[in-house]
Amino acid sequence: MDERDPIIRVEGLTTHYGSRRILNNINLEIRPRETMVLLGSSGTGKSTLLRHILALEKPTHGHIYIKGMDVCHCPDEQMNELRRHMGVLFQSGALFGSMSLGDNVALPLRELTRLDESTIQVLIRLKLDLVGLSGFERHYPYQISGGMQQRCGLARALAIEPRVLLMDEPFGAVDPILRDRLQNEFLRLQAQVRKTIVFVTHDVDEAIKMADRIAILQRGGVLAQYDTPSAILAAPASEFVAHFVGADRGLKRLSLARVRDLPLIHPTTARVGEARAELRRRIDEAGADFALLLDEADRPLGWIGRRDLTGDGVVAGGDATPGSPTLQPETTLRDALSAMLGSSVQLGVVVDEAERVLGAISVDAISEVLRAPAGGSS
Amino acid sequence: MTAWLAFVGRNTLAILRYAGGVSRLGKDAAYWTLVAPTRGKGLRVRATLHQMVLIGVNAIPIVSLIALFVGLILAFQSAYELRKYGGTVFVVNLVAVAMTRQLGPLMTAVIVAGRSASSFAAELGTMKVNEELDALETLGLNRVKFLVVPKYLALLLMMPCLTLLADFMGIVGGSVFTTTELGMPLNYYWSRALDALLLKDILSGLIKSVVFGIIITEVGCHEGFSVQGGAEGVGQATTSSVVTSITLIIAADVFFSGLFYFIW
Repeated sequence: MDERDPIIRVEGLTTHYGSRRILNNINLEIRPRETMVLLGSSGTGKSTLLRHILALEKPTHGHIYIKGMDVCHCPDEQMNELRRHMGVLFQSGALFGSMSLGDNVALPLRELTRLDESTIQVLIRLKLDLVGLSGFERHYPYQISGGMQQRCGLARALAIEPRVLLMDEPFGAVDPILRDRLQNEFLRLQAQVRKTIVFVTHDVDEAIKMADRIAILQRGGVLAQYDTPSAILAAPASEFVAHFVGADRGLKRLSLARVRDLPLIHPTTARVGEARAELRRRIDEAGADFALLLDEADRPLGWIGRRDLTGDGVVAGGDATPGSPTLQPETTLRDALSAMLGSSVQLGVVVDEAERVLGAISVDAISEVLRAPAGGSS
Repeated sequence: MTAWLAFVGRNTLAILRYAGGVSRLGKDAAYWTLVAPTRGKGLRVRATLHQMVLIGVNAIPIVSLIALFVGLILAFQSAYELRKYGGTVFVVNLVAVAMTRQLGPLMTAVIVAGRSASSFAAELGTMKVNEELDALETLGLNRVKFLVVPKYLALLLMMPCLTLLADFMGIVGGSVFTTTELGMPLNYYWSRALDALLLKDILSGLIKSVVFGIIITEVGCHEGFSVQGGAEGVGQATTSSVVTSITLIIAADVFFSGLFYFIW
């Protein structure tokens, strides 16, 4: 199978519950190693589609092919075999309450593989460590928070190294701060493991942040648009999509780019103890109004204005005006812009993991991104 | 009239659907318990032992106490009538035979239904609400093999044991009355009780206890798997599991009592 061939193909999928239509002639393909997000408001059939992919429910019409096998019409034994290559993370985490976290992660390993117990114990520690839960092997689900349960659910889903990971609103039940952290952890994990992921959410921002491609479902189970986030934001296929992704879709496009994608400005820098006269000369020479004051470890202390550099003597740490936001290369441009608009100097200082200055970005540079045409659709 | 017919039709269909669901579950449980192990698909022994403790060992005190009281009540009531005819000595026969053939298995089943059918329904219903059943299925694990079979096997093994205990405690209960009130020596009571009992009396009670165990497991688990909605649905399933299993146990008891009366 070619790397670009779809791993999951949905053909003409229609589902009715009684007289109510849940899904209406859905056709889509999911490629290996991509994150496909099913996006829509409540009752648009996202979770039903996910349950069809898992063969937990049968559709009224249509087919779903996973690696060429029609899961809507295959025997239970074959489906169970297929499911062993699929990890699933439910909204609640769906941990088994009578088992410790270690046993929850071990369950698929003990039941579906022939690994010996010592190997299973090593794998439990590895998987829990991967999701930041090392040391919690003996805890029970009721002893940990909802976010931790989610992460343990993810560890269990990843335990047997599935090729496909299906996630049903996995971050829906946690607070916004934790959700943001879990999303970032998930993106970090995905960069490491590169699985094919089907991710259900009703949160547009979450979809844009996580997806390689987004399938937007509207009421009645109609597929309104299936495309890359940038293409959907730049060219919504219908009034419904434009309305759904929001009037601020231009700003949302900023969530798709990161600080590392922009060329960095290298402002004039100064160090504590430098002669004020010498710094004035260097600022004038650069044609700038400010210099960035650094400490001995190259960490930013703040900005010094040219007008404040009067008299002789040396530059002191207290001369700097703090307040410019520090940004990491992974920060999205949307978050960067938000931080920069709130500061007095409309420049963001980009730092590395050790807080050392790498350069700066300006609000103008971000505006350029907004003005640029969107990336093409897939 | 049309509304009445519709009501009867709806309820008949609901009962048939329920019977179909319980039968399917019974068929699957029997397959995974009796057939699958012969094809290399093992049983979950540790889970079964755990269930045997929960269902059987933990029920010993309450089964013993209730059976003791039932034996005592039976002795009181039978002596009340038999003394009119000077036949109080037959209290022993009546207690021994009634406990082993009828009240031992029946009271045990009612107690276990109250404890375990409700517990199965609540456990499986909560798992359904928490998406744990879906999670199990998506791991490629069969829910009947994983969750029902240990309970099924534990009840098949523990019901006869608990019934034997109830038989014994019921006869002990009868002896409390006969020795204190009728002045019957204890060793005479026991030798008379053993003389009165036939092997088929004990066996017929044990056969019924196995059938009652099957009813309790299937109804409790079916109710749990059928939960709709959230916590309220779990509550309804728990209540329904006890009511339905006790009703079916008594219906089965009527059937088997008649069967054993006529053919054995």
